Amino acid sequence: MAKHVVAAVAEIPPGSRKLVEAGGKQIVVFNLGGEFFALSNRCPHQGGSLCAGTLSGHVESPEPGEYRYSRRGEMIRCPWHYWEFDIRTGKSWFDPRRVQVRQFPAEVQKGAALVEGPYAAETFPVRIEEDYVIIEA
Amino acid sequence: MNVIQPKLAPGKPPAATLGLIDVDIHPRANGIADFKPWLSQRWWDYAETYGIRARHGFTGGQPPFPKAQPLASRRDAWPPNGGTPASDLNFLREQHLDSYGIDIGVLNPLQPSGQGDRNNGFSAAMAHAVNEWQLEVWLRREPRLRGSIVVPYEDGAASAAEIRKRAGDPNFCQVLMMSRTGEPAGNPRYWPIYEAAEEVGLPVAYHAFGYSGWAMTNGGWPSFYIEEVSEHATSCQNQVTSLVVEGVFERFPKLKVILIECGFAWLPSLGWRLDKHWKHLKAEVPHLKRAPSEYIREHIWVSTQPMEEPERGQHLTDIMGWIGWDRILFASDYPHWDFDDPRQAIPGFLPAERRRDIYGSNARALYGF
Amino acid sequence: MLNGLRAIDCDVHPMVPGMRALAPYLDEFWRDQVVERGITQLDSQSWPIRAPKTIREDWRGPDGRGAESVAQLQAQALDRFGAETAILNCLYGVQLVMNEDMAVAFARALNDWIRAEWLDRDPRLRASIVLPLHSIERSVEEIERLAGDGRFVQVLALAMGETPLGRRQFWPVYEACVRHGLAFGIHAGSAYRHPQTSVGWTSWYLEEYAANQQGFQSQLASLITEGVLTKFPELKVVLLESGVTWLPAFLWRLQKTWKGVRFEIPWVDRPPAELVRDQVRLTVQPLDAPDDPGVVQRVLDHLRSDEMLLWASDWPHWQFDGDAAVPPGIPESLLPKLIRENPLATYQRLREGAAR
Repeated sequence: MAKHVVAAVAEIPPGSRKLVEAGGKQIVVFNLGGEFFALSNRCPHQGGSLCAGTLSGHVESPEPGEYRYSRRGEMIRCPWHYWEFDIRTGKSWFDPRRVQVRQFPAEVQKGAALVEGPYAAETFPVRIEEDYVIIEA
Repeated sequence: MNVIQPKLAPGKPPAATLGLIDVDIHPRANGIADFKPWLSQRWWDYAETYGIRARHGFTGGQPPFPKAQPLASRRDAWPPNGGTPASDLNFLREQHLDSYGIDIGVLNPLQPSGQGDRNNGFSAAMAHAVNEWQLEVWLRREPRLRGSIVVPYEDGAASAAEIRKRAGDPNFCQVLMMSRTGEPAGNPRYWPIYEAAEEVGLPVAYHAFGYSGWAMTNGGWPSFYIEEVSEHATSCQNQVTSLVVEGVFERFPKLKVILIECGFAWLPSLGWRLDKHWKHLKAEVPHLKRAPSEYIREHIWVSTQPMEEPERGQHLTDIMGWIGWDRILFASDYPHWDFDDPRQAIPGFLPAERRRDIYGSNARALYGF
Repeated sequence: MLNGLRAIDCDVHPMVPGMRALAPYLDEFWRDQVVERGITQLDSQSWPIRAPKTIREDWRGPDGRGAESVAQLQAQALDRFGAETAILNCLYGVQLVMNEDMAVAFARALNDWIRAEWLDRDPRLRASIVLPLHSIERSVEEIERLAGDGRFVQVLALAMGETPLGRRQFWPVYEACVRHGLAFGIHAGSAYRHPQTSVGWTSWYLEEYAANQQGFQSQLASLITEGVLTKFPELKVVLLESGVTWLPAFLWRLQKTWKGVRFEIPWVDRPPAELVRDQVRLTVQPLDAPDDPGVVQRVLDHLRSDEMLLWASDWPHWQFDGDAAVPPGIPESLLPKLIRENPLATYQRLREGAAR
C-alpha cells in the first residue's frame, strides 16, 4: 500500500464526497465535519457504486414507535438496495461483523510537506499553501 | 426468426453466451403530459383535472406506502438531462443496454399508465396512449427493445379489444397486467383477456403492483412498506392459485403466464399445497383434469428479480430445480432501487449452462425471440 | 408409531353442535337472545361442515357432523394415536359475529363449554382460550378470567382477522400472554372482515383453504415488523395448520428487504429469521410437501432449525388417512422433538403441568 494524494481539501467541503482512484481502486472520500474518511466505492452486495448513494442519518429504536435519530450525514446508503454503511468505520448496520465496505486510512497533509515526499508518483498538482487529502491504498 | 448476436460489452456476464435478455425494464414518462398526443381532448381534460386515481386515497402518484427511495429508483438512475429515471432513451441505452450488453429488453411501463384505475374509460384511453407512446418513443427507435400491451384489465372486453388491435405487431411481446387486480386473476371476468392473448399468441405478464382496492393483506391493512414488499409475493401466490383453480389453463391451454417482480422461491410450496389439498377437495373442482402443480409447471414462468437470497446459497439451487430451470427469466428491474445487476445477481455457484439459460435461452423460447 | 413417545397433539378441533350447546354457558339475556333471534349456529365458511376436509369420512357421524364429544376424540384420535396430551383449538365462528358484546358473550360461553364438556372429561386435554379480538380490553379480561386454570395453555386468534396481529393495539393481549405463560396461537380460518385474498373473494373452497397460507405470511410479517417478537422476547407464537413449507421463502424475502429498509422498523435489530427461529413454532399437519423424503428433508433444511415443528393430528380435519398421523418424509430422528420435546419447550404450561 502506498500513500496517494487524491484531492485538495477545498474540493471536498464538509458534507460532500468525491470519487477518486488510487492504487487501482475506486474510492469515495467523504468529509464529515472536517474529518476525512475513505471507503471502497463498491458495495459488497452487488457492486453498486456508493458514491452515487444517499447520505443519511442513523435511526435506532429501543421500543416500537420510538425513533432515536442521530449522526445525520454519517451513513452512506448504497444507491441500489439501500444497504447502510457507517462512513466512519465502513461497517454495515445490519451485520457489522461480517458485512463491511473496505476502509482506507485518510488524512490531511499540508502542501509544503507533500512537496518534500515520499508519496507515490502521482501527477497531482500540489501547491505549497494548500491542504490535501491523502489516502493509503 | 432473429438470430441474436451477443454483443460485447464491458458489463456483459460471461455466462450469457446465448444472449442477455432482460424481461423487466420500466420506461417512465416524465408526466402524464407525455401521453397527451394520444389522448382525446375529453380524456386529456379529465387527466389534467383528476389524473390517475388508483384504489387508494392519494393523488399525483403518491403511493400509500412510501417507497424506500424517490420514485422507487436507484439514486444513480436519474438522467443528467433532468428527467425522471428511465425517461431518457439515450441514458437508458448508455447506463443499461450498452453497459451490460443487453440483447433484448422487455418494457413494462408502470404508473402513470392508468392500469387498474378506478375509471375504466380513462384506463382504456390511457392504455391506448401508453401503447402508442411505447412505439413512438422507445420501440421504433431502439431495436433491442420490446413492449408490453398495456390493458385496462378491470374491463375485460376493452382489454381484449386493445390486445387484438396490436395483434401481429412484433414490437409487442406480451400483455401486461398488474398483480393486484380487483378480483382474483382467474375470475371469469378476466377471461376475455386470456382469450385474446391466447388467440394472438402472446403471454400474459403479471407485474407486482396495482391496487386491488381491498386491504393489502387478507387480514387487514399493514403499516409498513417492508410489509408491502412481502405482500407482493403473497398476492401473487393468490393469483396463481386463482388462475389454476378457476381452470384458466384448462380453458386456455395455450396461455402462458409470466410473474414479474413477485419473487419465485414460494412457487414450489404453493404447488405442493394446492396438490395436497386438491387431492381431498377434487370433487369441488371437476373442471381440473390435472394436478395443480402440473398446470403451474406447464404454463407459468418466473423472473429473477428480486433475486432470492437464502441464508444458504444451496437452497436456491433446490428452489430453481423444483420450479424448473427452463422457467426462470433474468430481469433487472431497471431503474428501480432493488435493481439486480446481471453480473452479480445470478449466483456464480449455479452451473454455467443454467445461468446461460436464465440469461437468454429461456426467454427466447418463451417469447420466440 | 407414536407409542412410547408420549406424544403431544398440538391441534385438535372440538366442534360445537349448535348454539343450543352453548346455552347453559350464556347468561339469561344472551340465552334468550339466541332463541328469540333464531341464532341457531355459527358454523363458519372456513369449515363447511360437509366439505371433505372439515371432517374425515370415517370420523363423520351419520348426521354428517362430527367431533362433538370427548368420546369421539378419545376413540378417533387420542387413544388411537396414543397421545398423552392434546390441545383443543375450537374454531366455532364467534369471531365472525359483528356485535362486539355478542361476540364477547359467545366467546366466554365457548370457553366455558370447552372447559366443562371437554377439559373436565379427560385429564389429557388442554385448550386455547378463544379470544373475541373485537375488543382488546375484553380479550384481556377473558385471559385474566381463565388464566388461573392451568389447562388453558394458549390463546387463539384466526389467520385472517380484521387488523394485522402485530399492530400495537393488540399488545395488551401479548402482555397478558407473557404474564400468564400462555402461547399465542394463530389458526387457519377467517373472521371474514376481508376477502380471503388481498385481491378479492375466492370462488372455490379449494382456493379459500389454500389462501390461509398467505394469511399466515401476512400475520408473521406484521408480528415481526411491528416489533411484537422484539418487544415480547418470551412470547411464543404458534402457527396452527399453516402448511409450514411457505416459511423459508417468506423469510428470505423479508430479510433481504430488511437489510436495506431496516430504517422503517428500526426496533427490529436482529435478522427476522433469527427472531422467527427463536419464537415461532408451526404444527405440521398439514405439511405441504410431496411424500418424497428427499424433498421433505431439503425443505426441513431450509428451515434451519429442528426446534420449530410441532406434531398435530388436526382432528377431525382430513389431512391423512388411517394412522399415518405423521406426515410422510419426516425423518425418524426428528420424531422425539416433533412429538414431545418441541411442544414442551413451546408451551410453558405444559411443562409446568408435566411437572405435576
